[in-house]
Amino acid sequence: MNEQVEQLSCQELVELVTDYLEGALSEEERLRFEDHIGRCGACTIYLEQMRQTITLLGHLPRESLTPDAERELLEAFRGWRSA
Amino acid sequence: MAQAASEEKLLDALRAGDEEAFRMLVRDYQPSLVRVARMYVSNQTAAEEVAAETWLAVLNGLDRFEGRSSLRTWIFRILTNIAKTRAVRDGRTLPFSALAPSRVPEAAVDADRFLDPEHPRWPGHWAVKPEAWPEDALLAGETRNKLAEAIGALPATQRAVISLRDIEGWSSEEVRNALDLSETNQRVLLHRARSKVRAALEDYLKEAGT
Repeated sequence: MNEQVEQLSCQELVELVTDYLEGALSEEERLRFEDHIGRCGACTIYLEQMRQTITLLGHLPRESLTPDAERELLEAFRGWRSA
Repeated sequence: MAQAASEEKLLDALRAGDEEAFRMLVRDYQPSLVRVARMYVSNQTAAEEVAAETWLAVLNGLDRFEGRSSLRTWIFRILTNIAKTRAVRDGRTLPFSALAPSRVPEAAVDADRFLDPEHPRWPGHWAVKPEAWPEDALLAGETRNKLAEAIGALPATQRAVISLRDIEGWSSEEVRNALDLSETNQRVLLHRARSKVRAALEDYLKEAGT
């Protein structure tokens, strides 16, 4: 516990995952993050779960327009066109 | 380049009154517009009205649109202005910045999953570790429903950011421009949203596995 560079705890690491994935960590922070991941199986699983969550979200169908909403908007468009 | 060219074509078609072009645009953006409007107004009906008003303003402004931003950014800026005006009219007091993440800290993972930060040997280490998810359960249709449910349960601002980024696939810059968010705020909102969705998935898969 007397190391010069304070190590990240698991609890701190989980708060940095998005910054890490977004490439928003400084070089030093990134190295600390990756150093921790390299030594901690549980955090490796956690990071993988965040990645899996993002991948799954990317495969969700995009919300689509209801036919009623589309009809109303197209009517408004025709009104605009003929104005 | 290709995008700019096709956008120019789309604009020409809209200005010429091409209904098919408008239909495509509406299909592309209407759900996102309503979701973003929902960050400002208090209910779904008001959000839909704001979106409808936005389309009219877009059509009426087509001749003035100069292409200094992308069409998408321009449309969402118009939406934001209309939504803010509507919120004021409805007597909704918006905080200084309606979109900034609340200053109340939100933990990505419940604190009781970790050992005490003052623990003599393992401060802040996992007490209850995450377990790898079974691949086949992840791909099941029911998991997809749970995901959609988790997104639906998020506060409106977090829901809009995660939907645009992770479901619609926008870049962080596009989301920041459209919602007029700082880089940091966008990231904090995304982090809170993703962390909650992951937690919901973990809860579900644990139950499903037992």
